[in-house]
Amino acid sequence: MQLSFNWRGTQGATAGALALGALFASVAIPPALRAQEKPYFVTYDHQMEEPGDLEVAFSPVVGLPKTARTFAGLTVEIGYGAKGWWTTELYLDGQTTRGDKTLFTGYRWENRFRPLLGEHWINPVLYLEYVNLNGADKSLKEVVGFDSQKEFAEPNGELRRERKRELETKLILSSNFRGWNVAENFIAEKNLGGGAWEFGYAVGLSRPLALAASPRDCTLCRENLRAGVEFYGGLGTAQNFTLSGTSHYIAPLLSWELPSGTTLRFSPGFGLTGESHRLLLRFGVTYEIEGFGRRMRKLFR
Amino acid sequence: MRKLEWCLVLVSLLLLSAASGGAQKPRESEELGAELGKAPESAAVIRNPYAGQPDAIEAGRKLFKRHCARCHGPEGHGLDKAPDLRAPLIQNTAPGKLRWFLRNGNLKEGMPSWSKLPDERLWQIVSYLQTLK
Repeated sequence: MQLSFNWRGTQGATAGALALGALFASVAIPPALRAQEKPYFVTYDHQMEEPGDLEVAFSPVVGLPKTARTFAGLTVEIGYGAKGWWTTELYLDGQTTRGDKTLFTGYRWENRFRPLLGEHWINPVLYLEYVNLNGADKSLKEVVGFDSQKEFAEPNGELRRERKRELETKLILSSNFRGWNVAENFIAEKNLGGGAWEFGYAVGLSRPLALAASPRDCTLCRENLRAGVEFYGGLGTAQNFTLSGTSHYIAPLLSWELPSGTTLRFSPGFGLTGESHRLLLRFGVTYEIEGFGRRMRKLFR
Repeated sequence: MRKLEWCLVLVSLLLLSAASGGAQKPRESEELGAELGKAPESAAVIRNPYAGQPDAIEAGRKLFKRHCARCHGPEGHGLDKAPDLRAPLIQNTAPGKLRWFLRNGNLKEGMPSWSKLPDERLWQIVSYLQTLK
């Protein structure tokens, strides 16, 4: 699918439009929705979707590469808590590039399984994802192998010819201790059409600004804010496992849970190597539709 | 490759239908007691630092509405599979065991783990739970 839309505005126009769209959606969706406190953009922790709840998230990313054109990627995420230990999610990806076209780039289907049911010092989660995207995808949900900002220099018309049917696996390790969350992800990705396994990592650290809740409802207060930082990057391939020639990022993050249940997130990611984009600005709006599974069951009873 | 995608869709639908099946009745307090009984004795001896503090109970009420009421009802009377929390069992259980259960959940039976909440907030919820009647 290719839409005939050309970038005509200033550098931040698409980012602004996406952010406004997400904010509009957060207001337009009824208050029966509750948010999930999910601070990270790239890293996963061991928190699963609550059983029977449906999560809808909009996550635009605006990229300022060093040599390529400014772009904006948008991911719409629909997640469902099938069981307490199993979350399944569908991602729909699209992008727009300055002076180029806007594209729907494909979808991903992700499943996360928590093998140990209790809470431990380190909680493992197994992640399995099927990816069906074209080469123009710029959502940057993870960085693997030798992913480089230089790849984004080609026009969308060229990039979209490449098909990416991939299997992505992650080992997620995560711990909660004294209000802190520490999460480490080890990523292995394989193009089903051929090619070597590619590896990557993501590490996240976050904490609410206040540990105890206040007795009164409040909006802009420390207990509703969570701050942290993410590190992520590529680790080469099975044939060449290395840091050399790979891209890496450091990204401080802030999430704000509104009393209405909406969570807003923001994270500027700074490129650390020559292969990295100069800056990745990520935004996120998350809603949770409570008891979606229960409502569906009633509908079909 | 189309075949693979259709297989994935079919498998996901089968798994989701299996996951959403099953009887939906509120759990009895005996079952809840059995689950709380799994808490180690070391958890039972930990004291609630907010015990009896009115502000902590109010904060716990706020947190309960935000995180727990969706399943247990606004007054803790239980909905679907989630049990009635006004049972004497809740008042009579050691606060440390309740905190342990909130932290661990019972993922197999649909009770999420609330380990993402700091201990301070778990204790505030426990303070509120033990006022429910």
